[in-house]
Amino acid sequence: MIVYILCFILFLVGVYGVLTKKDLIKIILALSIMEYSANLFLILFAYKSGGGMPILSKGEKIQGMVDPLPQALVLTSIVIELGITAMLVAFAIRLYQKYETFDITKIRRLSG
Amino acid sequence: MILPLPYFIVIPLLAAFLISLISDEKDHWAIILSVASIISLLVISIAGFIHVIGDNIVYKLGGWDIPYTICLVMDSFTAFILITIHLIALTSIIYSISYIRHFSKSGKYYSLFLLLIAGMNGVVITGDIFNLFVFMEIALFSAYALVAYGNKAEQFEAAFKYAVMGSISSTIILIGIGITYSAFSTLTMADIANQVESVDSGIVTWLRCIFAVGFGLKAAIIPFHAWLPDAHSSAPAPISSMLSGVLIKALGIYVIIRLFFSVFGIPASFAILFKILGAISILIGSLLAFYQWDSKRLLAYSSISHIGFIILALGINSSLAVTGAVFHILSHAIFKGLLFYDAGAVEMQVGTRNMKKVGKLSKIMPITSSTSMLGGFSLAGLPPFNGFFSKLIIVVAAIQKGAFISGFVAIGGSIITLAYFVKLQRYGFYGKKEPEQKGVKISTGMKSAMIILAILCIVTSIIIIPGIREYILRPVVYDIMSKAEYIKLVLGG
Repeated sequence: MIVYILCFILFLVGVYGVLTKKDLIKIILALSIMEYSANLFLILFAYKSGGGMPILSKGEKIQGMVDPLPQALVLTSIVIELGITAMLVAFAIRLYQKYETFDITKIRRLSG
Repeated sequence: MILPLPYFIVIPLLAAFLISLISDEKDHWAIILSVASIISLLVISIAGFIHVIGDNIVYKLGGWDIPYTICLVMDSFTAFILITIHLIALTSIIYSISYIRHFSKSGKYYSLFLLLIAGMNGVVITGDIFNLFVFMEIALFSAYALVAYGNKAEQFEAAFKYAVMGSISSTIILIGIGITYSAFSTLTMADIANQVESVDSGIVTWLRCIFAVGFGLKAAIIPFHAWLPDAHSSAPAPISSMLSGVLIKALGIYVIIRLFFSVFGIPASFAILFKILGAISILIGSLLAFYQWDSKRLLAYSSISHIGFIILALGINSSLAVTGAVFHILSHAIFKGLLFYDAGAVEMQVGTRNMKKVGKLSKIMPITSSTSMLGGFSLAGLPPFNGFFSKLIIVVAAIQKGAFISGFVAIGGSIITLAYFVKLQRYGFYGKKEPEQKGVKISTGMKSAMIILAILCIVTSIIIIPGIREYILRPVVYDIMSKAEYIKLVLGG
C-alpha cells in the first residue's frame, strides 16, 4: 500500500510543479514527473511479489508470473511522452527567441 | 462487400509519410496526394455508412480472438463521425491550398494535417481503450504542431499552453486506463462493458469520474476550457476550423458518448452532472463570446457554448435528446468551420481580426460576407438552417423529459448566441468605416470551400425530415442507446 501512496505523492509533486512554477523548463520537468508517476502506477498494478518472468518455455510451468501487458503499455506511453517533451522543449526554445525570457508571467500576449 | 476498416488509418498515415518524403520545396504533389486520400476516405466512409445500417463490422487485427487482439469496430455512429471528419477535412484542405502558401511553401503542413486525420480516425474507429489513447496522442501531437505553424509569438504561446493542458489530461486518462485494466483485466471496450455489473460499483464510479475529467479537458467543457480560446484563435484558419469543428468532438464528445453510453453506462447522478456542466458551458461560453472583439476568439468561445449544448443533451439522456446531440455535432462542425474560414479570409484581406477596425467589408468581400451571413444564421439558430433544428430537438427533448431548467438554459443560450451573431455581422461586415485592403485578395479555392459549407448549412437540415431521418439519424441513435447491441456486435458472432 505504501508504494501506491508514494506514487500518488510523486503525482502530486508533478501537479504542484505544473501549477506553481513560473519557468517554462520547470513546467516541462514537472509534467515529466507527473507522467512518470502514471507509468509507475501502471507497473505497480502489474507487479506481483515473487512473480516470475512471463517467458514460456517447453515443458515448464510458470506459477504466478508478472503480467507483461502493462509493461508493454508503459513502453508505448514512454515513447509518446518523449515526443511530447521534445515538442514542449522546442516550443520553449522558440518562445525564448521571441520573448527573450522563460518566465510565463512575462509571456502574455494573449488575453481574455 | 467487406469494408476494409484499417484503410481509415493506413491511407492517411501512408500519405503523410509519403508527402514528407517526396516534397521538400514545392507542394504540388503534397496537395494532390492529400486531396486524393481525403476524397477516397470520404467515399469509403459514406460507403461504410450505407453498409453498416443493420450490419455492423468488426475487424480483428492479426486474426487473433477478442481479448488478445486490438479490434476495430464500425457502427453507424462511428461512420457518422467519420463522414463529418472527412467532410470538414476536405473543405479545409481546399481552403488551405492558397492560405497556407503565405506561411510557407513546404509540404510539411499537409503531412501534419494527414497525421491529424489519421489520429482522429483511429480514435473513432478503435474498439480498444489503450489503442484509443495512442491515436489520441497522434492527433494531439499534430494539433500542437499545427497551432504553432504560423511561426508567430502568440501561436507558440497558445501551443505551449495547449500542449501542457493536453499532457495533463492524457496523464489522467492513462491512470484511468491503468485502473480499468486492473479492475477488468481487459482493454477491449465491449469486454469491459460486459463485465461492468460484476465489478465493484465504487471503482466504476471512480473510473467514470476520471474519464469525465480527462475527456472533458479534451472537449473543453467549462471548467476545463482555459486552453481552447487561445489555441483555436491563434491557429491558422483552416486548422481552427478542424480543431473547433471536429477535433474536440472526435477526441472529447465521441469518446464521452462511447464510454458513458456503450461501456460504463450513465447513471442518474452523472446525467445530472452533465446537465449542470452543459448548462454552465452554454451560459458562460456564450456570455464570454459576446464580450470579445477579436472575431476568431469570439468563435472559439462560441465553440465552448455549443459543446455545452451537446453535453446538456447527453445529460437529458433520452433518445430524442441524443438525436439532437448527434445532429448538433454535424451542424456545429459545418457552421463553425464556415465561420472560421470567413474570419481567416477577413484576416488575410484586411490584415486584422479586430472587429472594430475592419469596417464595411460587405462592399469588397461579397462572398465572404454572404457566406458568413448564412453560417451565422445557422449558428444563431434561425429556420430553416441546420443549427435551428438541432437546437430545437434538444429543447423539445428537455421539455419532454420534464427538464424545464435545461430547456430554459438552452433557449437562453440561443438568445445570447443570436446577440453575438448580430454583433459579428454588424461590426464585422456592415461597419461604417470604409474598409482598407492591406493584405492580399482571397483566392478561388478559399471561396469555393466557403460556398460548399454554406450550401451544406441548408442542405444538411433535410436529414431531420421524416423519411430521411429514419435512414440517417435513427440507426446512429439506436447504436448509441443500445449497449447490449454493442457488446453483442464485438464479442458474439
